[in-house]
Amino acid sequence: MQTATQIPTDVSFLEYRKYKGIFNWILSTDHKRIGLMYLYSMMTLFFVGVALGLAMKLELIAPGKTIMDAQDYNAVFTVHGVIMIFMIVIPGLPAVFGNFLLPIMIGAKDVAFPKLNLLSWYIYILGALLVIASVLFGNGTPDTGWTFYAPYSFKSGTNLLPAIFGAFVLGFSSILTGLNFIVTIHRMRAPGMTWLKMPLFPWSLYGTAWIQLLATPVVGITLLLIILERVFGIGVFDPALGGDPILYQHLFWIYSHPAVYVMILPAMGAISEIIPTFTQKHIFGYKAIIGSTLAIAFVGYFVWGHHMFTSGMSGTAQYTFSILTFLVAIPSAIKVFNWISTMYKGSISLQTPFYWAASFIFIFMIGGLSGLVLGALATDIYVHDTAFVVAHFHFIVFGGVGFSFFGAIHYWFPKIWGRMYDTKWANTGWLVFSIGFLALYSPMFYLGMQGMPRRYYDYLEEFHAANILSTLGSWVMTFGLVIIVINLVRSAKHGPKAEMNPWNGKTLEWTVPSPPPVENFEEIPVYGEKDGPYEY
Amino acid sequence: MEQTMIHHDSHYDPEASKIGMWLFIFTELLLFGGLFIIYSVYRFMNPDAFHLAAKELDTTIGAINTIILLVSSMTVAMATSAIQNKNIKLTQILLGITVVLAIVFLVNKYFEWSAKFDHGIFPGSEHLINDMSKGEILFFGLYFVMTGLHALHIIIGMAFIIFVMVFVAKKKVHPERYALLENSGLYWHLVDVIWIFLFPLFYLIT
Ligand SMILES: [Cu+2]
Repeated sequence: MQTATQIPTDVSFLEYRKYKGIFNWILSTDHKRIGLMYLYSMMTLFFVGVALGLAMKLELIAPGKTIMDAQDYNAVFTVHGVIMIFMIVIPGLPAVFGNFLLPIMIGAKDVAFPKLNLLSWYIYILGALLVIASVLFGNGTPDTGWTFYAPYSFKSGTNLLPAIFGAFVLGFSSILTGLNFIVTIHRMRAPGMTWLKMPLFPWSLYGTAWIQLLATPVVGITLLLIILERVFGIGVFDPALGGDPILYQHLFWIYSHPAVYVMILPAMGAISEIIPTFTQKHIFGYKAIIGSTLAIAFVGYFVWGHHMFTSGMSGTAQYTFSILTFLVAIPSAIKVFNWISTMYKGSISLQTPFYWAASFIFIFMIGGLSGLVLGALATDIYVHDTAFVVAHFHFIVFGGVGFSFFGAIHYWFPKIWGRMYDTKWANTGWLVFSIGFLALYSPMFYLGMQGMPRRYYDYLEEFHAANILSTLGSWVMTFGLVIIVINLVRSAKHGPKAEMNPWNGKTLEWTVPSPPPVENFEEIPVYGEKDGPYEY
Repeated sequence: MEQTMIHHDSHYDPEASKIGMWLFIFTELLLFGGLFIIYSVYRFMNPDAFHLAAKELDTTIGAINTIILLVSSMTVAMATSAIQNKNIKLTQILLGITVVLAIVFLVNKYFEWSAKFDHGIFPGSEHLINDMSKGEILFFGLYFVMTGLHALHIIIGMAFIIFVMVFVAKKKVHPERYALLENSGLYWHLVDVIWIFLFPLFYLIT
């Protein structure tokens, strides 16, 4: 009892101060503060990534050299990719919203291992610093692309060691977060909350956590081997010493395709929370969504070969990987049908999070359908390594994860900071961002079909017009981003106080004060026979 | 109710830490799994070279190290039973023996590796690159990576056990609360199991 009384239940986690100043953050094992630390560090890195993206688009506004030469361009797309993939979209939703919301949504006071959770954040920061060090020090910024393909990754003279080691370290952080979430979900659900009463965002985190746990070690060892290859020349991926670079690609994609689901599953989970709340209806096909989540997580392990159709594989392997890739589209489509069916005859309230969720579905479908073009053998040969791939990838990874992330932040904003944002500016930001997004990436589909290769700083005159549109899109999108961020940052400080449940949500996070107290619940909630996450 | 008595004890869930440890062990197995895949691919591609190269390894030292690790797995398991029987002194002795065995393993490994170095067999060496086939280069490359990574795990496992010994001495690990000891034991068994695979792959199959 002595220590139980020390943590007050009427003070929000933001006001509760155990230490002085910044130590309240960097020593805190509160899952909510850790979630926010991830958010703030990711936002900082995200702006670096965006700036690099803008620089690439500016370079491509005209053929020939505009602001940088070929080598700089290689460095810019490499660092852009490493930051965006390993530091933002892979950890993004689990580390920020998963940390903040998972314990509250399942009725727990914290994650299973709070100290390990804080350690994961430190490991994340260490990994990020290592990657940044590879840019600032040494001779030359890494120029291999984010995939670190062999043999160039150990032949390139640039400062790759810290970057690859950084990616390895970031993977470690991801594994520990996944481990923590699995144990939390298994051991700490509120009494009465059976598996089939758990909300869908925690379910998606559960599927994600298994992928993080089972796929990341494989890329970990692969990156470690690249490091050893660079330092000692062990030969496993070096054709000069008997090794096979294609084997590197296999091992890399065995992880990195499932990693796409580490990105997209929690994004889908957040959408599955937003849509029932803003239609005030029970989610359609709750079990189908769970089943499709697990199916995606499972089938996603067996499709990696679709990244290597042109690298050299037997015909049988190609057919198999292609068929499996088509199969994995089915559970994704099931989710889309479920979301749409949830809206049918619902009382839709057109609020900012709903706009983001609806546009997520639109963007995700474009991304998904263009993925089928790349998953089919014949068409893939035609568009592989072109701007088409870049467009598909950004529709899924930036469109899918980004739109869901912004939807999630507008949805849970009142819960996290206890204040409301300005809806008008939020909607304007969404509109400008979406227009910019479509203008930026849609032309790349066309450019790819016309044969413009990716990863070149230069192009033929015939591609000029579409590239101008794309660059203009990048400016509009960034402008939208600025509106969104300024609105949110200002509102977090000065917005009007939010109620406990501004959207009439039915999941547990809406039953605690905004912002939640340190230990979330005064008393651990109990789920009765008839209770469920979406009982409207 | 025991759970509501002291606040920080309500967070103590030995079952949770055990699940956590098992999950971590999965990840370790997958880490080595990647290496085992690479090994099998290259063994399949270069059967003769792997056969030839394996003859260079000293089966006796390998066998001795296998026995050492098996015994150490036994002592660490016995340490768990000892603490369950509230015999703190025996626990410490058994953990101590485990650490000593780990050190002996590493010393053997050191002599084994330095013998290879003396013969000019190490990644990037002239002897390896000029006089040996590509399959042999791969064999020794994998040999050093896999046994090296395993040795690193021995060191980590040993550090864990030393940690536990300190905690036992400080009475932070005691007969009512010994999940840490159990989990370190689990980790040690993992390190052992990996060796059980490494030993035949490199030393026995020729
Ligand atoms: Cu893929």
